[in-house]
Amino acid sequence: MKQPNTQPTSELMLRETASQTAGPYVHIGLAPAAAGNPERDEEVWNEMAGPNAKGESIEIIGTVIDGNDDLVRDAFLEAWQADADGYYQSNYDLRNDFNSFGRTATTADQGSEWRLKTVKPGAVLHPNGAPMAPHINLSIFARGVNIHLQTRLYFDDEVEANAACPVLSRVESDSRRQTLIAKREEADGVVRYRFDIRLQGPGETVFFDF
Amino acid sequence: MTHDYNRFVTRDRNWHPPAYAPGYKTSVARSPQQALMSLQQPTASELTGPDFRHLRMGRFDNDLLMNFTQGEGLPQGERIIMYGRVVDQFGKPIPHTLVEMWQANAGGRYRHKKDAYLAPLDPNFGGVGRCLTDDQGFYRFRTIRPGPYPWPNDVNSWRPAHIHVSVMGPSISTRLITQMYFEGDPLIPLCPIVHTLKDPDAVETMIGRLDMAQSRPMDCLAYRFDIVVRGELQTYFENQ
Ligand SMILES: [Fe+3]
Repeated sequence: MKQPNTQPTSELMLRETASQTAGPYVHIGLAPAAAGNPERDEEVWNEMAGPNAKGESIEIIGTVIDGNDDLVRDAFLEAWQADADGYYQSNYDLRNDFNSFGRTATTADQGSEWRLKTVKPGAVLHPNGAPMAPHINLSIFARGVNIHLQTRLYFDDEVEANAACPVLSRVESDSRRQTLIAKREEADGVVRYRFDIRLQGPGETVFFDF
Repeated sequence: MTHDYNRFVTRDRNWHPPAYAPGYKTSVARSPQQALMSLQQPTASELTGPDFRHLRMGRFDNDLLMNFTQGEGLPQGERIIMYGRVVDQFGKPIPHTLVEMWQANAGGRYRHKKDAYLAPLDPNFGGVGRCLTDDQGFYRFRTIRPGPYPWPNDVNSWRPAHIHVSVMGPSISTRLITQMYFEGDPLIPLCPIVHTLKDPDAVETMIGRLDMAQSRPMDCLAYRFDIVVRGELQTYFENQ
């Protein structure tokens, strides 16, 4: 087998194409609304749930913070979550009431908060048969991030489920586990969870390899 | 009810650039210091992902010569076809997956409010494209070759001409963002972002190759850029 774009490195298996940073202008390519550029008729963006989606309607907001405690104003994020019944809906269609996938971004002019409009996910079964606590998978791309970072957002009002979650409980340090838990705040009748992502240093978010 | 999902070949994190690569200065304060938490047993949360076959694409979404002005005027620069195949590590084509790209114009300027490079915006060029791979895993864009541009890293750092490329693949585990460089560009070996990769063979996976066979006489040159995403392992059942 010939390795695309290069010399063969293995008879049995190709090497993955290498990752490169998404750079400072990722928004023009993947988040035109955040770049202030014209949008196409259909864009993949941050409203994952419409008014008829089953489940509790929620908003998630947060910032991305670097090792100097400064806001990262050019991050791009992707979310992947189960529906209210705990099933991933692979078929992305803007006519669906709910999509499991969404995108969002931090920018210079929105107070640098990213935002998702979705429903609270249901519990998904771990392969060992136990339920995992409700969570949202987040990937973070930005200038200076050479390969995207992957984390999970859990909910602070799911105390029992969080304690029993086979993935969350693998994070031994209690203080590190807290970096994965979004805090509920209710404002103007909207249920909102805050999840700030720290890339480096004290309070550094737990990032996963899978 | 339990489901079985196919797993993927483990990602080789020594092949990809490390988070902390001090030659690329922005990575210094944006790289985690703690070890990544390894999921020994990936779950449905990692082994599934979005399918974009029902995302309605515009007629010119993969034609950057046309898509900013809808054909009212043509962009400046060297017309090219950028095409290739998305396959997994076993060579299996990945059909119907979303490939997105963005780039600077022929002068090296992005259509982004924070890009203040001297080179002018091109009124006929947006610099953004997307498409789904076909049944055989092929994608195709028509665009112009982007210019190199300077950036503040070392005193005199220039990015080689490049096109940013985003591919989803079958699951969020295969998600990848990379950059395509152009074969023979003398700026490639000088670039601090290229240097985030330790293995020269890894750099080679990001080089688009001139492909005269796919070029159109009196119209445009073609560059081929194949993309390899993580290999999908068949689920097997253990008798316990
Ligand atoms: Fe760039």
